[in-house]
Amino acid sequence: MLELTRVTAGYDPRDPVVREASLSIAPGESVGLLGPSGCGKSTLARVAALLHRPYAGAVVLDGEPVRGWRHAAPRERRTAVGVVFQQPRLAADPRLTLRELIAQPLRATGRRAEVPDRVAALAPAVGLTAELLGRRPHEVSDGQLQRACLARALVLRPRWLICDEMTAMLDASTTAALVEVVESYRRDSGAGLLAVGHDRVLLERWCDRTVGWRTVCGAGGTAQESMSPTP
Amino acid sequence: MSTAPGPKAPMSPASDSDTKPPEGSGPGPKPPVLSVRGLSVRFRMRGGRHIAAVSDAHFDLAAGECLALVGESGCGKSVLASALLGLLPGNARTSGSALLGDGTELLTADERTLARTVRGRRIGLVPQSPAAHLTPVRTVRAQLEETLRELTGTRGSAVRPAAERAAARASFPAGHLDRYPHELSGGLAQRAATALALIGDAPLLLADEPTTGLDRDLVERTVDELRRHTDGDRALLLITHDLAAAERIADRVAVMYAGRIVELADAERFFGQPGPRHPYAHGLLDALPERAFVPIPGMPPELGALPEGCAFAARCGRADDRCAVLPPFDGRLACHHEVRADGEEPVRA
Ligand code: SF4
Repeated sequence: MLELTRVTAGYDPRDPVVREASLSIAPGESVGLLGPSGCGKSTLARVAALLHRPYAGAVVLDGEPVRGWRHAAPRERRTAVGVVFQQPRLAADPRLTLRELIAQPLRATGRRAEVPDRVAALAPAVGLTAELLGRRPHEVSDGQLQRACLARALVLRPRWLICDEMTAMLDASTTAALVEVVESYRRDSGAGLLAVGHDRVLLERWCDRTVGWRTVCGAGGTAQESMSPTP
Repeated sequence: MSTAPGPKAPMSPASDSDTKPPEGSGPGPKPPVLSVRGLSVRFRMRGGRHIAAVSDAHFDLAAGECLALVGESGCGKSVLASALLGLLPGNARTSGSALLGDGTELLTADERTLARTVRGRRIGLVPQSPAAHLTPVRTVRAQLEETLRELTGTRGSAVRPAAERAAARASFPAGHLDRYPHELSGGLAQRAATALALIGDAPLLLADEPTTGLDRDLVERTVDELRRHTDGDRALLLITHDLAAAERIADRVAVMYAGRIVELADAERFFGQPGPRHPYAHGLLDALPERAFVPIPGMPPELGALPEGCAFAARCGRADDRCAVLPPFDGRLACHHEVRADGEEPVRA
């Protein structure tokens, strides 16, 4: 289970963008979290991905409460969760080739030896050719870079996958292709999925169930309106 | 099946979708606001390489009409927009012609003409990355007021209410006018940029991916607003990868693949029955989550290394020997094996 209970989080403790949000995902389940942009759903996704420490509330991952976030999270916990963000250009080190980008988590966790095998298995799965793997981010399209970012998220074989607006910048065909990659990984691995987005049609087609931001924030939540700026 | 739940914005009488315009002229009696003929853009790269970003584009756009130029990122559609605005980098070479209704040739106009009489005045640009387009150190109000003074000559105490009206036109909330661009969400930055683009009352609005990253309801509001400004004397060229947005407001659709327009169709026919004629366009619609949600296999070719013949052949289920020869664009289609609703292939000589 991935359980978030009454999570309050944000970038200003006096004005948190997420208030008392609760959501739980069963093993192997895929849940779509639907909300307008700027509502705080990306912040909640970062909390679930152990990348952002909440001000209050509890996160329980596979039965164990999460106590550390980012680098304070034990390696074993951090690697249980793979993340893909909306904007691949902001999420990719421009100096790395796509091959290095995909291999990054393996190197960071001392599993260098697995790099050739894992990259060789993932690149065709996400549709990247050997030639593209040798390029750097500025030499590929957004769609190609997002394919590499998805491969990077899968390279450690996470039990959980968080896709935060993964396809918001992409065309229909690339969107369908990336969703297919995620779903085929989930069929093989049994991984659970939290897909955060604003496209109801997409999330409902993709996920087992889709929940709205207001539901997640419960009665006590003061979900901001779509007009509110994101920090 | 419809991808837009809402009602289609009203169409202007100038865009009668039932009469097929004769090739080479816009629909209706009005002269085209924009007439593009054989427009090509080549980038010269290091080592003498060339990138064929746009090849032989050909279309007209009439007053009151919205033409959606759709395709994947990197297909050349944004390069085409930059060519029309004279905003290409120095290593670009254009050929062909792009005439405005008043006779201005956009491809050969000098920068001074483009800056003083075209951009903002004859072509209003709704940009792709509004955050980058807005001046970071000035509030939205200051930018609207400056643009009003510059383009409309509004002065004194009239400026403030005019700026508020301009904001309201693009549904930008008055309460946020004193914010700086970095304090705005993506949606609000887009509306601020739209408000700026509308100020000059240009006869041609060019919107380059105006809805990227916006929520569906915001997408709909944004494009409806653009459509609303189109009805009447203004034309809209909507460049987008968002097919639902295109379906919602376009009168006609131009599909671009690997730098070429491969299909130009009436929007109702394209999104409804009998559907697209080009296999790529067919695949693009089938990839939508409200349709089959099946991707087109593979990826587009590199614009610097286009294959001989049809650029879609490597991904096309209908490809055969004939496709080794580049299919010519006949004004509505560039394909040797048109997709037909009845599944039959037309016999061509
Ligand atoms: S010309 Fe041939 S390869 Fe190209 S789209 Fe048509 S059928 Fe497919």
